[in-house]
Amino acid sequence: MTDTLTDPIYKTDALIAEDIDAYLKVHEYKTMLRFITCGSVDDGKSTLIGRLLYDSKMIFEDQLAALEADSKKVGTQGQEIDFALLVDGLAAEREQGITIDVAYRFFGTEKRKFIVADTPGHEQYTRNMVTGASTADLAVILIDARKGILTQTRRHSYLAHLIGIRNIVLAVNKMDLVGYDQAVFDRIVKDYTEFARSIGITAFTPMPISGFKGDNITGPSANTPWYTGPALIEHLEMVEVNSAADADKPFRMAVQWVNRPNLDFRGFSGQIATGSVRPGDAIRVLPSGKTSTITRIVTLNGDLNEAVAGQSVTLCFADEVDCSRGDVIAVCDNPPQVADQFEATIVWMADEEMLPGRSYWLKIGTQTVTATVQQPKYQVNVNTMEQLAAKTLELNAIGVANLSTDKQIVFEPYEANRTLGGFILIDKITNATVAAGMLHFSLRRAQNVHWQATDVSRDFHAGLKNQKAAVLWFTGLSGAGKSTIANLVEKRLARMNRHTFLLDGDNVRHGLNKDLGFTDADRVENIRRVGEVAKLMTDAGLIVITAFISPFRAERDMVRQMMQPGEFIEVHIDSTLADAEARDVKGLYKKARAGQLKNFTGIDSPYEAPEDPEIRIDTADMTAEEAAEAIVARLIP
Amino acid sequence: MADVKTLTHLERLEAESIHILREVVAEAEKPVMLYSVGKDSAVMLHLARKAFYPSPPPFPLLHVDTTWKFQEMYKLRDRMAQESGMELLVYHNQEAMDRGINPFDHGALHTDMWKTEGLKQALNLYGFDAAFGGARRDEEKSRAKERIFSFRTASHGWDPKNQRPELWNLYNARKNKGESIRIFPISNWTELDIWQYIHLNDVPIVPLYFADERPTVERDGMLLMVDDDRFPLMPGETPVMRSIRFRTLGCYPLTGAVESTAKTLPEVIQETLLTTTSERQGRAIDKDAGGAGMEKKKQEGYF
Repeated sequence: MTDTLTDPIYKTDALIAEDIDAYLKVHEYKTMLRFITCGSVDDGKSTLIGRLLYDSKMIFEDQLAALEADSKKVGTQGQEIDFALLVDGLAAEREQGITIDVAYRFFGTEKRKFIVADTPGHEQYTRNMVTGASTADLAVILIDARKGILTQTRRHSYLAHLIGIRNIVLAVNKMDLVGYDQAVFDRIVKDYTEFARSIGITAFTPMPISGFKGDNITGPSANTPWYTGPALIEHLEMVEVNSAADADKPFRMAVQWVNRPNLDFRGFSGQIATGSVRPGDAIRVLPSGKTSTITRIVTLNGDLNEAVAGQSVTLCFADEVDCSRGDVIAVCDNPPQVADQFEATIVWMADEEMLPGRSYWLKIGTQTVTATVQQPKYQVNVNTMEQLAAKTLELNAIGVANLSTDKQIVFEPYEANRTLGGFILIDKITNATVAAGMLHFSLRRAQNVHWQATDVSRDFHAGLKNQKAAVLWFTGLSGAGKSTIANLVEKRLARMNRHTFLLDGDNVRHGLNKDLGFTDADRVENIRRVGEVAKLMTDAGLIVITAFISPFRAERDMVRQMMQPGEFIEVHIDSTLADAEARDVKGLYKKARAGQLKNFTGIDSPYEAPEDPEIRIDTADMTAEEAAEAIVARLIP
Repeated sequence: MADVKTLTHLERLEAESIHILREVVAEAEKPVMLYSVGKDSAVMLHLARKAFYPSPPPFPLLHVDTTWKFQEMYKLRDRMAQESGMELLVYHNQEAMDRGINPFDHGALHTDMWKTEGLKQALNLYGFDAAFGGARRDEEKSRAKERIFSFRTASHGWDPKNQRPELWNLYNARKNKGESIRIFPISNWTELDIWQYIHLNDVPIVPLYFADERPTVERDGMLLMVDDDRFPLMPGETPVMRSIRFRTLGCYPLTGAVESTAKTLPEVIQETLLTTTSERQGRAIDKDAGGAGMEKKKQEGYF
């Protein structure tokens, strides 16, 4: 072990022993900085973090003893302490010597408390890095001095910049292994400056360090007399934190919860995103646009005269204004925008690829709405920053796409406001968080296309035909008998003088949808268009019958949501795969089995059966005629 | 004083915790707060009272009891429930009770049955879909990697490799059928933060955190307090009065004391800062199952 390891540079503050009250007073006013370290195991990232914890006395004797024992047993540093072992927490990580997930570490100095998000460096962990970076004020980008700028350096820098981190430290590590050579350092800084400018990074702080030996970590190193900048810790103690910058922006607070203990009190609880607020301030509630005045800022410790960005508070208004969870309270004369169509950067985080046209939950601030994403305009190659054409986004892919929400949301561009510009997408079936995104701006057409009110109502259309509009949505495997039964149902209804229209899967693909194939993304778009057409037809008062495989639950639910309550009748033509395949009217199963037909439902593409359809037809039990009779009886009792 | 626009570290931590507490109440159907009466629970309860003031926190407190806690803990528990105006639910695993499971005779089984099994039973019994816990990321390696919103399967298992990404302060609280969520509002607090916050806000804590003369025996390198007459003394063992205090509180036969003269909070903090061993070092539970002890326990449903 080197001397510095047994004798940390950061001695415990003498005040602790001498005058604890004075010490506590000083530390009451410490600020906090959150940062992320980017780099891979090879760059010495874990060693650096272990070093920071060690030097700021965050490693206790019992932990150190365990660490020393582990280092000898499984460490990679011979007889010396392997700090990486301290940081890699999960058993799987210790066994494989890699970092899988984001880990949060804590340490403090006399001036600040720090939270470090330690994230893995490999490309397959891009989502983890983005997650760690989302709450960071600063990023430390580690480079191995022997290797210089690598692909991963570019990727880490791009991601840190993308997520809005404006304080970037370029830590050129392992300087001890290049003899503390200034020329090596200067060359790396020059290369990085050029690259940084190309992706929009205007300023960064380079420093030569050795995490292993402790050079320029807590104070100037005798080994680098040519370096006059701050040591890493000194720099971390000085930089401005995000919340300080946020306090100077206009006031915005998303309402989390309405506080109503009794009839005499009504307060709105939330965390202030930007700006500050005082009693007497004029405010506006979005999206309604109603205005009022702040009367009180209520806390358990008494009312406040002012509250600023970052604080969690409860606000009271002078007037009985409608305001609930999801609304945004903002300064009256400079409110955020409201829109339902946007351009956004999307980071895809799920194993299942993004499906353009599918509806996802979108959570932004405290608002949750339904959103659909269009086909990406482009995907970014995170290693070269090239823009590539893309039909979808896969795990760890980053792209730019337009998206629309089913309701107007209150937002600001991510650059101006992380809280009102950053969102997550949630899969409606699995409930997994599948993506993170950053809004750029609202699309003009959202503001200029208004709904044209018409005088002849949908009820009037249906009334003229002496019927109620409905959609009989047939779903089932290819060859189950959907088209046959749907045709029989339409014939029966026609005989009863009902006005109907049958939308058939194959027929629609000859015209409206002839540009679509059979990939998951195209299947979703196919159903979306059919749903929209069916909706127009129900507006015209028709009974619409559709016969599509429509294999995904999410899209059938999406169409259900488009219709009026009770209008959507899901009819599951339930046949076993074996039966459908035995029937094979069009000879498609044979082709699929022979590998001549890709993405065939039931063979190499999934079919998600309805969980609770309005009507279920078991084709083993009924003839097509019997099925048609049962369906009509259900529709017109 | 610092610039009003830059929040102190404790103000930032407090605001984050309050934000989390409110998100859960807004999105969960039936939340509950797991209350273990320790200092972390004390801070978490205080934060809840702040988050919803002037309303009382809109969920009950749940104490999964082992019947082996310190007497002083039961006293404070009942007092805090009354002061906060919250309903207090106390749960005992009936099977553990019937089989007389205790920390002296049953070792690891004691924690497993009373705490891990007891917790699962209590959550199932009341149908809570979201439970607040006072765990901190600085306590233990696997906890450093756990999300603030941690999802558990219907059998309460934790899958560390399949955690939802948590970005910004956006939490996805949607759960699948049978799943429940454990939420850790004080994830980002350190032991020192907890102490400082207790000090600044006069948060009531169990007197055992302060030094006093207490009857003790030394066993397997741990100083144990003889809190009641259920403590079986080995041949030749006699309780000795020592000035001791506790850094963490659990079941009294499993919790090691430290010799100390710190009688005030500043003195306790002073000692914490000058100490050379980590907080959980006095807890027998972490030493089970080697280095991955806590990770394994969590996968089985321990908090």
